[in-house]
Amino acid sequence: MGLELIIPILAATIQSGTPILYATLGEMLTERSGVLNLGVEGMMIIGAFFAFLASYYTGNPWFAFVCAGTIAGLFGLAHAVVCLIFQGNQVVSGLALTILGVGLADFLGTGFVGTSAVGFSAFDVPVLSSIPAIGDIFFKQDALVYVSYCLPFLFWFFMNRTRWGLALGAAGENPAACFAAGLNPVKLRWVGIFFGGFLCGLGGAYLSLAYTHLWANNMTAGRGWIAVALVIFAFWRPGRAMFGAYLFGGIMAFQMRLQAVGATLPSSLLLMLPYALTIVVLLFSSARGKGRQAPAALGVNIEPGE
Amino acid sequence: MLGFTIEKRQEPLKWGSFFIFLGAMIFSLGVSGLLLAIQGKPPLEAMYLLWDGAFAHDWALEDTVLKAIPIFLCSLGVAVCFRMQIWNIGAEGQFAMGAIGATWVVLSMPTAPAWVLMPLMFLAAAVLGAIWAIIPALLREKMGLNEIISTLMFNYIGILFLQFLVYGAWKDPASFGFPMTIVFPDTAIIGEMFGRIHWGVLVCAGAAAALTVFLKHTRLGFEIMVSGENPRAARYARMPYSALVVLVMGICGALAGWAGLIETSATLNRLQPTVVVGYGFTAIVVAWLARLRVTSIAGYSILLAGLRVGVENLQLELQVPASFTGIMQGLILLSVLAGQFFNWYSFQRSKRG
Repeated sequence: MGLELIIPILAATIQSGTPILYATLGEMLTERSGVLNLGVEGMMIIGAFFAFLASYYTGNPWFAFVCAGTIAGLFGLAHAVVCLIFQGNQVVSGLALTILGVGLADFLGTGFVGTSAVGFSAFDVPVLSSIPAIGDIFFKQDALVYVSYCLPFLFWFFMNRTRWGLALGAAGENPAACFAAGLNPVKLRWVGIFFGGFLCGLGGAYLSLAYTHLWANNMTAGRGWIAVALVIFAFWRPGRAMFGAYLFGGIMAFQMRLQAVGATLPSSLLLMLPYALTIVVLLFSSARGKGRQAPAALGVNIEPGE
Repeated sequence: MLGFTIEKRQEPLKWGSFFIFLGAMIFSLGVSGLLLAIQGKPPLEAMYLLWDGAFAHDWALEDTVLKAIPIFLCSLGVAVCFRMQIWNIGAEGQFAMGAIGATWVVLSMPTAPAWVLMPLMFLAAAVLGAIWAIIPALLREKMGLNEIISTLMFNYIGILFLQFLVYGAWKDPASFGFPMTIVFPDTAIIGEMFGRIHWGVLVCAGAAAALTVFLKHTRLGFEIMVSGENPRAARYARMPYSALVVLVMGICGALAGWAGLIETSATLNRLQPTVVVGYGFTAIVVAWLARLRVTSIAGYSILLAGLRVGVENLQLELQVPASFTGIMQGLILLSVLAGQFFNWYSFQRSKRG
């Protein structure tokens, strides 16, 4: 394959990896605060739908983008109500959130299927886009991709260099000690769930505002679940999340390119690739080592009165 | 200001689960009605149509029981997994593989008599379904791979594999390009028992009885129960924990596989992609609502199957999309999860101090 073939695939890799990157960081934030939220797929599709809806009615994609994150975050708070107030099982609650979100987006979106709305288009970043190869791959994208480049760094900075971030991490590692230090781990988890959902919603919004400019049923197609898997693959660290998201973006872009050139393999077999790869990638990261474990209190509810 | 403290009860609330479910249903129906009202549809009429289409006529009840059969079989297996705290989310894919297994037998020996065909179909469906569950079980025990993720991914792969077959090698040349296999010969069709209810209902009864006996009266069943209560204790007592995980997952896969077989043979009479409609996910909701008990699973299967049938009526009369089922299932599950809190905790007005 020549460069003229590889560069467009790599550029498409960045594009299809971006929604997964947003969602992975979102789930990672929630998990770092000690809450397992399997509602990513649901929050993503809610984000995708409300991004479309807001853009359709206001014509302002930036407003739509923020709006999608906020609504997805609020939607995610149902998980907070069930798990943080009512001590419900985190695994089952997350699954219920996904079932609800997918149903809700489909129900509300029925009349809009195939309708288009204003979204984001690619533009060249001055100077950077003229770097050979690199410019074509990374700097001829849309604004949401440029935002996503900064996110892993911001995530890292927040978790490791700010008071709030360190407190959030403490709620996920040792809520009792966190409480003893005068912090409120339950409140911190509310924050973790809301902003995690916010980021997942942004990932969904990318699908309806930038990846396509329309609403279609089942837009997320399992990307939320891949994000959940990538959090494990990334050992709960933002840098590896970026790597993982682009790995999946790559396989998705590759699979679509193969379909486009009419490869002899049937499309259903090609569509299996991302799902099969998820398992393979997780197998490679399942070896446990120092600094690779999940937050110690992940999935464990904080009982009232403790 | 009035303050409240939360106190743990000594014993769970009497009749708690019943009232919690009642409250959850009222809450879910309320929110669903609100959603319908937002879309300009009459909520009260919708609730009536929901009830009417699911339970109020003979044909409606028949439809409900027919849909409850695959849900029940899937849920039975899922509940055993959950009991061991293994999060098998893969009943959907195991269901698809079961359907594939049964169809494979039919297509490879279409002229065989029923007494050869039927047992082989059941065998193939159970084996393929079980394989689809045992692989994630082995990956979990040998490689530490999270089973929630692997069973979910296996869902997608299984369903796509089914599509690959019916769009390709197994497509009926006379189907005008529709993705479906030939109609099964009569010898491969599970017949009707009374009304439109087919013999699959007996498979449910048999599976439920066998599973109950197995769990309550055999050593292995006892070990499964203990492992569910406390995996660490089970390992300490030298119970073969990993083998039990594989066994439980295999049982679930086989049951889901049978559900796939029954839907293919008795309901559609051929294999086509529409055989997969989310029974595997409904089964998770049912298992949890029923708190993993067999008799309750039967009841909740019928209830949630009724919900699906009722929504079909809404679709017909009020053009409400089928996804409405998902909304109601999600709401019920969330509110029951939240409500179970009251079984064990109570709010007490705190004394001023």
